[in-house]
Amino acid sequence: MLSLLHILIPIVSGILVLMTQGETAKRLSILSAVLSLALTGYTVSQFDAAADLQHIIDIPWISALGSRFHIGIDGIGMVMLLLSNVVALLVMLSSSKDNYHSSSLFYGLLLIMQGAMNGVFVACDLVTYYIFWELALIPAYLLVIMWGRKPIMAPGLKFFIYTLFGSLFMLAAIIYLGVKTGSTDMSMLYSADIDPSAQLWLYIGFMLAYGVKIPIFPLHTWQPETYERSPAQVTMMLSAVMLKMALFSIIRWVIPVLPMAVAQYGIYVIGLAAIGVLYASLIAWNQDNLKKVFAYSSIAHVGLIAAGILTVSKAGLNGAMVQMVAHAIAAVGLFYICHILYRQYGHHELKGLGGIRHKAPLFAGFYILVLMASVGLPLTSGFPGEFMLFNAVFNAHNILGIFAASGVVLGAIYMLSSYQKAMLGPEVQGSTFADIDGIDKWTWIPIVILIVILGLFPSIITDISGPTIDRIMDIFNSKQR
Amino acid sequence: MNPQNIQLLSILIPGLPLLGFLIHVLFGSKISKSLAGMHASFWPIASFVICCLFYGQVAAESSINVHLFDWFQVGDINIPFGFQIDRLSILMLLIISGIGSLIHIYSIGYMHDDEGFNRFFSYLNLFIFFMMMLVMANNYVLMFVGWEGVGLCSYLLIGFWFSNSEYNAAARKAFVMNRIGDLALVIGLIIMAKTYGTLTFSELFDGRLSTIDAGMIGIITLLLFAGATGKSAQIPLFTWLPDAMAGPTPVSALIHAATMVTAGIYLIVRSNVLFSLAPMTLDLIMYVGIITAIVAGTIAIKQNDIKKVLAYSTVSQLGLMFFALGLGAYEAAFFHLLTHAFFKALLFLGAGSVIHGMSGEQDMTHMGGLRSSMKFTHILVLIGVLAIIALPPFAGFFSKDNILAAAYMRSPILWAIGLISGLITAFYMMRMYFLTFWGENRASHDVQHHIHESPMTMTLPMSILAVLSVIGGFLNVPEIFHGSKSLMHFLSPVVSIHEGQHLSHATEYMMMGVSITAILAMVGLAYYFYVTKKYLPVQSHDENSVGDLLQNKYYLDDIYNGAIGRPARYLASFTDNTLEQKVVDGSVKGIGSLSNTLSTFVGKSQSGNISYYLIAMAIAMSLFLLYFILF
Repeated sequence: MLSLLHILIPIVSGILVLMTQGETAKRLSILSAVLSLALTGYTVSQFDAAADLQHIIDIPWISALGSRFHIGIDGIGMVMLLLSNVVALLVMLSSSKDNYHSSSLFYGLLLIMQGAMNGVFVACDLVTYYIFWELALIPAYLLVIMWGRKPIMAPGLKFFIYTLFGSLFMLAAIIYLGVKTGSTDMSMLYSADIDPSAQLWLYIGFMLAYGVKIPIFPLHTWQPETYERSPAQVTMMLSAVMLKMALFSIIRWVIPVLPMAVAQYGIYVIGLAAIGVLYASLIAWNQDNLKKVFAYSSIAHVGLIAAGILTVSKAGLNGAMVQMVAHAIAAVGLFYICHILYRQYGHHELKGLGGIRHKAPLFAGFYILVLMASVGLPLTSGFPGEFMLFNAVFNAHNILGIFAASGVVLGAIYMLSSYQKAMLGPEVQGSTFADIDGIDKWTWIPIVILIVILGLFPSIITDISGPTIDRIMDIFNSKQR
Repeated sequence: MNPQNIQLLSILIPGLPLLGFLIHVLFGSKISKSLAGMHASFWPIASFVICCLFYGQVAAESSINVHLFDWFQVGDINIPFGFQIDRLSILMLLIISGIGSLIHIYSIGYMHDDEGFNRFFSYLNLFIFFMMMLVMANNYVLMFVGWEGVGLCSYLLIGFWFSNSEYNAAARKAFVMNRIGDLALVIGLIIMAKTYGTLTFSELFDGRLSTIDAGMIGIITLLLFAGATGKSAQIPLFTWLPDAMAGPTPVSALIHAATMVTAGIYLIVRSNVLFSLAPMTLDLIMYVGIITAIVAGTIAIKQNDIKKVLAYSTVSQLGLMFFALGLGAYEAAFFHLLTHAFFKALLFLGAGSVIHGMSGEQDMTHMGGLRSSMKFTHILVLIGVLAIIALPPFAGFFSKDNILAAAYMRSPILWAIGLISGLITAFYMMRMYFLTFWGENRASHDVQHHIHESPMTMTLPMSILAVLSVIGGFLNVPEIFHGSKSLMHFLSPVVSIHEGQHLSHATEYMMMGVSITAILAMVGLAYYFYVTKKYLPVQSHDENSVGDLLQNKYYLDDIYNGAIGRPARYLASFTDNTLEQKVVDGSVKGIGSLSNTLSTFVGKSQSGNISYYLIAMAIAMSLFLLYFILF
């Protein structure tokens, strides 16, 4: 039941919000997000890390494919739910001072998106999973095109077609799996032995969908423009949670179901992702727009996570779990920074900024902390996961490991130089900037706390997800011939 | 002490300065200036007291180990969050908290008129916290916390006056150059973790090392050393340190002379078991160290900014320490680290006092004659100068003598090169001293009018450092003076000491005699140039080509910029403008328009003409039939 509630609370309240207006919509959605987070908190407290799936609901569904409506929570799903619902609340709170047009629709769609993404994290059947996967895309697309900065139709469409294109290959792969094995259920697929030659094609199908969503170089070109033009809350949802669906899915579905293809061809994806780290970092350095700097930096960071996952090593998978949460928090922080700048100046072009540090010491303090978390300074959330991932990738392939680690230097360069351009330098006469206050301050405080807590105790994450990771690795290893 | 007290106290050592920082962050705006300075100084002093308490404990038992919790796991390797306070750590802790406290107090006077007063102290407290973490960690990853943390504080403090774009660039340069070293260090740690299955000091150094092949150790030590060159400003990563002088002078004294920049030396001394198994790396360290010492020293001769002279001098002295490390004389390197912390901090604070007295002037060509108007500062700086140029009985004499003796044991040529680097030091330090304190004052009338001796908060810490610069050498008096080398013996549980051959007393006397005579000759030479001849360095370009080379710091900044900086920048814009926009996104757009064309084509076929459809159907069916018949 707890697993179902994670889907129902946001979706039902999303529908309710559609019927309200203005401030009520905002308040109701914050309330819903609080409720979801409380539910997640309760679920974590009930969670037995050593056990396998919990809070299972399993109802027969499409018999032709052997599909069932099967949901439940395991260790990695639990972490993702935590991530998704923490982020959702922060997203709602960060919009407290904004007045979006058609606000009931805006918040309603955000909530439905949250519910669908939670569905992805609890789904234990591929068809159930696919439905939630696509369900999440629709509100995301509408949010981008309706509230994005103009001209938005072309980038919005690019985002939609690109991701849909990827997903169709996954759908074909799912249908093939259903027909061949007679079931799309997780437990069945985990024990099924799929023909090695078929594994490659299925692997390509899945990885196209995930490669677009994450995105992995060179499938990323929809991302910067979409991130840059979307309103901050939508960018946060996309980068902090939605792309994690794909990373999570590689662990949940690809590694245990297609182990031989992963063992054989994983290295190519590692290669692309590792090159992507260098590639995206270089481009980030060349941006004049702060939000685009962060967008490209996100490609670099998630590329490292993807590479780590495909090493299928203990360090890589656990590091990925930690880093997914860390990246989510940093992404919320970074795009929140853009948002606060945008709210006051109406743009985030670096040329039009500067000297803000004089007027907004608190804002500068938050900025520098998030920045340090993003470049992986130890004792912030960004370090432990990154260190584990470097280990994993380097041990899988030395040269690619160095590529993947190049972000250590380049990240410092582009982050600090954009910080310098935006915040430092002489005070700009005649421009005003109000420092962070009120509800913004109270939204920042949990972000800061999360950054520090996760830096000190990454074991909070790995304690929950570790046993599931071990199980998946066992399945992976036992199926190698 | 019972174990619980020890655990609590060991947390308090870094915990108190962190608490100070947090109080500043939370209530900074409510704390008045007069209180803020005292409040900030209280925490490192309290830590210092605890360190003194621990000193006795460590001296008796050799090591305090505290396990706080398991931080995280990398694969099957556990990374603990724990402290190991052994004899090496405790000495570092005493330096950090001791000199740290003095510099906090000094800053109350020095930063008095600065509007960022409270912010300055909060950064200083944070720095002390990270620096302590660095030396207390019981494993490499936790050490890396301090390592990166001090880098952050250094960044914040170099760019403390953030209105100035040049200072901000200097701060960024420091952080980025450190990160280049850090990348190497991280890779070194990863290889170490894979090779040995642990990153905890006590487990690593318990004897499992020797069994692994030398090649691996060579790679690991090289990478660790590369990390050290970043933090400790050695060739090729040293150019950030002179620029770092953009920060307030107390920062230069604390971070960029006494503590942070010595982290690389600490790293190697801490890993000496590992390095001793890698003779090739040690040789490389030796050469890099001595070349850095000479390169930086020669540049210092041509600098006119008093802080720049001291900055290059620091690079040069650090080079000397690496030289000693490369010789395997870890304890000599550490001894010099200790005495250098005293006299270089003193010199920087003295320079700060001069700058303070001269209304912010840093150019020595506008100074001169200050020995009459700033009598007290003059005497203290003179002590620092005598210590650094290694005249007996000042601290630098003993520590440099240790290093030179170690060099002589390897080869007299190395000894001679070490001696030359010392002579360069003697020359540029005396030049600095004479230009500042002797002759006529060359400042503008307005500045001259305001020259004043610094307040007690500044002179008192300097006096304590001056005392230490005089007596610090007696910590490790060599046998020849009937000393017992107490520092060396104190460190013996941590540092492997080769009980090799000893120099005969005659040789030692010869070495000392030669070096003291030569140093005195350098003093005389500097006196001749800058007092007798009243030679003033010119501002404009030096005619002499060697002078030009030195004045421009061997054009290293330009070379780096041309060979690395600008190509990298170009690569970034090429990746963005050509690869990303044209190639990658271009092909995506190409596929898009291709499918567009296709759909138009397919769309055209739906003309609504029945006969056309029928013909198409017929053709298709016959093709299918053909297929089934043939296959």
